[in-house]
Amino acid sequence: MSNGVSLFIALAAILNTIAAVGLLVWMRKRRGEESSTEDTTGHVWDGDLREYNNPLPRWWLWLFVLTVVFAVAYVILYPGLGKNPGALGWTQQRQWDQLQADQERRAEAVLAVYRNRSSEDLAHDPQALAIGRNLFANNCAACHGSDGRGARGFPNLTDRDWLYGGTAEAIETTITQGRMGVMAPWGEVLGAGGVDDVTAYVMSLSGRKAPRGDVAAGRTHYATYCIACHGPDAKGNQDVGAPNLTDNIWLHGGTPDRVRETIAQGRQGNMPAHGERLGALRVKLLAAYVQSLGELRVASRQP
Amino acid sequence: MTATQFGITQYNDKVVRQFALMTVVWGVVGMLVGVIIAAQLLLPELNFDLPWLTYSRLRPLHTNAVIFAFGGSAIFATSYYIVQRTCHTRLFSDRLAAFTFWGWQTIIVLAAISLPMGWTTGKEYAELEWPIDLLIAVVWVAYAIVFLGTLVKRKVQHIYVANWFFAAFIITVAVLHIVNSAEIPVTLTKSYSAYAGVVDAMVQWWYGHNAVGFFLTAAFLGMMYYFIPKQAGRPIYSYRLSIVHFWSLISIYMWAGPHHLHYTTLPDWAQTLGMVFSLMLLAPSWGGMINGIMTLSGAWHKLRTDPILKFLIVSLSFYGMSTFEGPMMSIKTVNALSHYTDWTIGHVHSGALGWVAMVSVGSLYMLIPRLYGRTEMWSTKLIDVHFWVFTIGIVLYVASMWIAGVTQGLMWRATNPDGTLTYTFVEALKATYPYYAVRLLGGTMVLGGMFIMVYNVAKTVGAGKAADVAIPAPAHA
Repeated sequence: MSNGVSLFIALAAILNTIAAVGLLVWMRKRRGEESSTEDTTGHVWDGDLREYNNPLPRWWLWLFVLTVVFAVAYVILYPGLGKNPGALGWTQQRQWDQLQADQERRAEAVLAVYRNRSSEDLAHDPQALAIGRNLFANNCAACHGSDGRGARGFPNLTDRDWLYGGTAEAIETTITQGRMGVMAPWGEVLGAGGVDDVTAYVMSLSGRKAPRGDVAAGRTHYATYCIACHGPDAKGNQDVGAPNLTDNIWLHGGTPDRVRETIAQGRQGNMPAHGERLGALRVKLLAAYVQSLGELRVASRQP
Repeated sequence: MTATQFGITQYNDKVVRQFALMTVVWGVVGMLVGVIIAAQLLLPELNFDLPWLTYSRLRPLHTNAVIFAFGGSAIFATSYYIVQRTCHTRLFSDRLAAFTFWGWQTIIVLAAISLPMGWTTGKEYAELEWPIDLLIAVVWVAYAIVFLGTLVKRKVQHIYVANWFFAAFIITVAVLHIVNSAEIPVTLTKSYSAYAGVVDAMVQWWYGHNAVGFFLTAAFLGMMYYFIPKQAGRPIYSYRLSIVHFWSLISIYMWAGPHHLHYTTLPDWAQTLGMVFSLMLLAPSWGGMINGIMTLSGAWHKLRTDPILKFLIVSLSFYGMSTFEGPMMSIKTVNALSHYTDWTIGHVHSGALGWVAMVSVGSLYMLIPRLYGRTEMWSTKLIDVHFWVFTIGIVLYVASMWIAGVTQGLMWRATNPDGTLTYTFVEALKATYPYYAVRLLGGTMVLGGMFIMVYNVAKTVGAGKAADVAIPAPAHA
């Protein structure tokens, strides 16, 4: 802020306040001039509209003065008059940093005891899991659901199916670095009939039937286009996050239409990286909680 | 040719009648949309998966309809009525006055089409796109010419206090609208703001809070300053109080906008000034309330029998309450709890329903029979019923939003010893649900009151006849 702008702001604020108070004092001084409060000003409008000239109510006057006094004291203490930083040296950034630091110190006292324990170990510690559940509710529930069962496009964390692996190490990596899952669109390569065929084949892997499409033709296409990621046994590949296609668990929906859409248009999955935001200790507690979800072995199958 | 066209010895009440009736119509429409979106918050299915019925598009339709269609029409009707009566002269120009009526109604219809279509600038209370903004500017300048022109040709020396407020409101809203609506058109239905980043936010809330201060406060204080002394048959309490509170109100309001942007990237100095000037606004605001309520001293018994006075006096009570609440909410530590919660929604409706709607409805109940050659509404009993349904509805609305807001504020900020938040967002939402139901009930009662009014007004207009009133000579006391 330039000095000119700073001065302008300060002067405008001060002059406006002085003018308001000045008017107040001026009007107050005229108190008592009238012999009776029942006298009107003498102006008449529209037949019978008149006005008394009663003095300003004292309590109201002092209320006004009180707010002005507060305002003056406040701008002396806090930044307000242009560049003037205020006597307390307060800024909202400093207050925020302070609150953040206090919070972090209190949390550290609670979390420190878990620093040297592994996440497999913590997955069996009820107190650690309670903290993990809080972290999950704050950071993960928006996508994966507050019960961890996910939603279409967001993996269910309570089943045994892991896109990138369910070991403690893999889960920690997923949380820390995030994941980018990409399935290429095959609609133009396969054509409408080809997509139907692959759909029929993929669904047959889970023992299900598609309404149209040739399973054998689909298998041929699979061996050409899909096998690189999803593997010869169609059990997927955790190194690239390619889902297992034989377990009847469907990340993007398992109806024939949804499977067809997945094959034709491809899919993108994006799990954001949380390492910087949460730090290693909290990631470990979260990973412990997520492992405990997997161990619940809830058979939650999306149709 | 009607008689009014050649009688400069008569008031132009045709435009007043038009605006007065449209006030009732837009009141029903605006509040109906409000009830619909209140129901959608309870049952989201009520948008029927149709884009133009979603909350996001109906909410600006609701706010624009109640503020600018209902409130705006009420201001046009009463300001045109009052400025003629208190200047003892006919409106400056009948043609321009008619233009403001048809222009304003066109703007409202365009808003009712464009907002559900999703054409919006995204600026709260200034959502309308640039072609409509231009039309608003033109109509507003015409309004200023009609009003100020009438003031200039007045037959009495002193300008009545109501006209100070109307004049300040008209001039300020012109400035606010033009500055905040500065935008770069891209297509007929899309534009980008001329400002960027936090400057855009500051301009928006300088506009937004002064829209409250001038559109929803100064103009309705003008209304109050005519209809309360008239209905009570008593002089205004204090001329000097009106001088002090007028000048301090209009100057201090200008600074209050930044309290909408506490704890944001807005620089600290602006937040501080927004807060302290909001606090200094308490006494100037209460000045108007005191002047209105004290006008009734010596005539308190009239409250027992006159439901119109009840509307007017209770409106001032709500005004006093929300102008106390507002400065409190602008204190940073309070704002840290109240901001972004339904407390704000409660505060706004305590002002918009309790103050703006009630003072308008009371004034209309006095105004409409006079416009149709009668002394009273068709049924005084129904005014009383309207008053009670309205008041109870507003109290339910405001109280439920207070509780909901404080609940949300406390749940959002609660933390566990491990540093995490105690509640997820959806838990706070779930806790709000019962209050959303109470709010819907309150809102429905308010809307029900408006339907009673429609019936009463239809009966009154049906039994009366548009009256042309001769201009009396000014009194020389």
